Amino acid sequence: MAATLPAAPYPGKRGEDVRVQPAGGPTPRAVRTPWADRLFAGMALGSALLTLALLAGIILSLIVGAMPAIREYGLGFLTSREWDPVENRYGGLVMIYGTLMTSFIALLIAVPVSFGIALFLTELSPGWLKRPLGIAIELLAAVPSIVYGMWGLLVFGPILATYVQVPLQTLLKGVPVLEGLVSGPPVGIGILCAGIILAIMIIPYIASVMRDVFEVTPPMLKESAYGLGATTWEVVSRVVLPYTKAGVLGGIMLGLGRALGETMAVTFVIGNMNQLKSLSVFEAANSITSALANEFAEAGEGLHQASLIYLGLVLFFITFVVLALSKLLLSQLRKAEGTKS
Amino acid sequence: MSLAQLDAGRMAHHRRRKVVNAIGLALSLFAMAFGVFWLVWILVETVRLGIGGLALSVFTEMTPPPQADTGGLANAIFGSLVMVGLATALGTPIGILAGIYLAEYGQGNWLGKSTRFLNDILLSAPSIVIGLFIYSAVVARTKTFSGYAGVLALALIVIPVVINTTQNMLSLIPNALREAAYALGTPKWKVIMSITLKSARAGVLTGILLAVARIAGETAPLLFTALSNQFWTSNLGEPMASLPVTIFKFAMSPYENWQKLAWAGVFLITMGVLLLNIAARVFLRNKH
Repeated sequence: MAATLPAAPYPGKRGEDVRVQPAGGPTPRAVRTPWADRLFAGMALGSALLTLALLAGIILSLIVGAMPAIREYGLGFLTSREWDPVENRYGGLVMIYGTLMTSFIALLIAVPVSFGIALFLTELSPGWLKRPLGIAIELLAAVPSIVYGMWGLLVFGPILATYVQVPLQTLLKGVPVLEGLVSGPPVGIGILCAGIILAIMIIPYIASVMRDVFEVTPPMLKESAYGLGATTWEVVSRVVLPYTKAGVLGGIMLGLGRALGETMAVTFVIGNMNQLKSLSVFEAANSITSALANEFAEAGEGLHQASLIYLGLVLFFITFVVLALSKLLLSQLRKAEGTKS
Repeated sequence: MSLAQLDAGRMAHHRRRKVVNAIGLALSLFAMAFGVFWLVWILVETVRLGIGGLALSVFTEMTPPPQADTGGLANAIFGSLVMVGLATALGTPIGILAGIYLAEYGQGNWLGKSTRFLNDILLSAPSIVIGLFIYSAVVARTKTFSGYAGVLALALIVIPVVINTTQNMLSLIPNALREAAYALGTPKWKVIMSITLKSARAGVLTGILLAVARIAGETAPLLFTALSNQFWTSNLGEPMASLPVTIFKFAMSPYENWQKLAWAGVFLITMGVLLLNIAARVFLRNKH
């Protein structure tokens, strides 16, 4: 009998198999997970909490750092265009305008191009080309931003000046409003150049989100439309796009968030002028990120530094809202995907 | 309306649809070419101008003063390697553990959900803001720019990237695998370490490679944490040079020798980052 038992259930002396039957049912056994399990779970939990703490720390440190400027200017900071370190007076309008305008130009270019790329990759491309082309577009996102910046300043800027800015200026000479939009010294750097380079940088983000959401469109829907005689263009614009519009918007928001927060590429090509002479897209301007990059290390403690941190806080707030919106839109599509099918 | 007229109307409509389709598809092809065109242009310029500045002295000599005849990027390359290496070593374990929490412990609870949401935002948050954070948390307290501050800033960028890939890769592991291990009486930490994490190894490593590629080119968070240094230093308590910050300084300058070195640096960094990216992809593809 004892020989067939796998192991002695209760400790006894070797060889003698003492089986004790407790009276009145089994004794309650404390269920304790092994200490290693608890330690591991604690470490995992701690790391997750640390991530949350980091985000809280970022927000808190920005608010604390910006406090002197917030107390001094309040919300009027956002609408004042004066930035004068000598007189120690600060207002963020010029930088906020630069950030929003460059991102707007970037979206204007990047959205249609990304749509075209996603359409090509999902509907047109032969199978063997899909992967290499997809990787090429994704590598565009991998190129460090400083490379874009240097290339933009030394290679692309001069070309933009010679072949776009100067012809536009001669063409629009004397036209009342448009002339003002293209004025400025013919060096190529300024808001437009920054916008174009941002567009190139965010195309991969928007395009890959669009491609991914296009691919989740149920084939049944597309096949039905094709079966009714729709052309590829009609299928994409009237079936795929309406079905995936939340995801497409989410992708655009993701791109916008990236464009708003991009630092190095913009700093190289925007010209870094803290004033708003005209609304020309060729005028040197400044953005929040490039003001931070250029001035922060040299700014003395006090109002100058606090104002820069205030700008950082504004930037973080805008990108946070945009990215949160993007995330919500994308998860909405994922939910819809789960219910329909 | 006669039948012939009706037919003509239909044909015209049909033709118009076909033309619209052709235009749309042609534009799509154009957009694709447009995207690839920039990549090719940037790479060609980087290689053309970068190779010109490349010499052995780039790797052996210190960053020169303006308008000097000699000089290299040795201290900047060294600083970058040290800071990227330490930041990866610091950020990776935290990222993997937090990723494990999200995938294995916090699937349904509010902490898991909100962490996942906020992590996705951190992933795309402006990196210069992270520099600001480290500045106020470390540099302003210690009263000196330092390599340590740079390492911390880069580590903060590594963490969300690693969390994201770890969590995604762990959620791809089928539950049957976990259940089989539990059924054998394996404690949870062992299931995670030797079953799920091991199965997701390739994906997690890919995430680490991508994180390294990302921070290798990051400039903004280093500008006011590690600052820069003209000389060789292996003391992390002092300001430390890094390749991206040096490129930034040199490229914006009017001096020809600095610009030439900046192009060499850009070439090195671009090739390094692209190789890491391609390696990560090839690696992941071979394992799946």
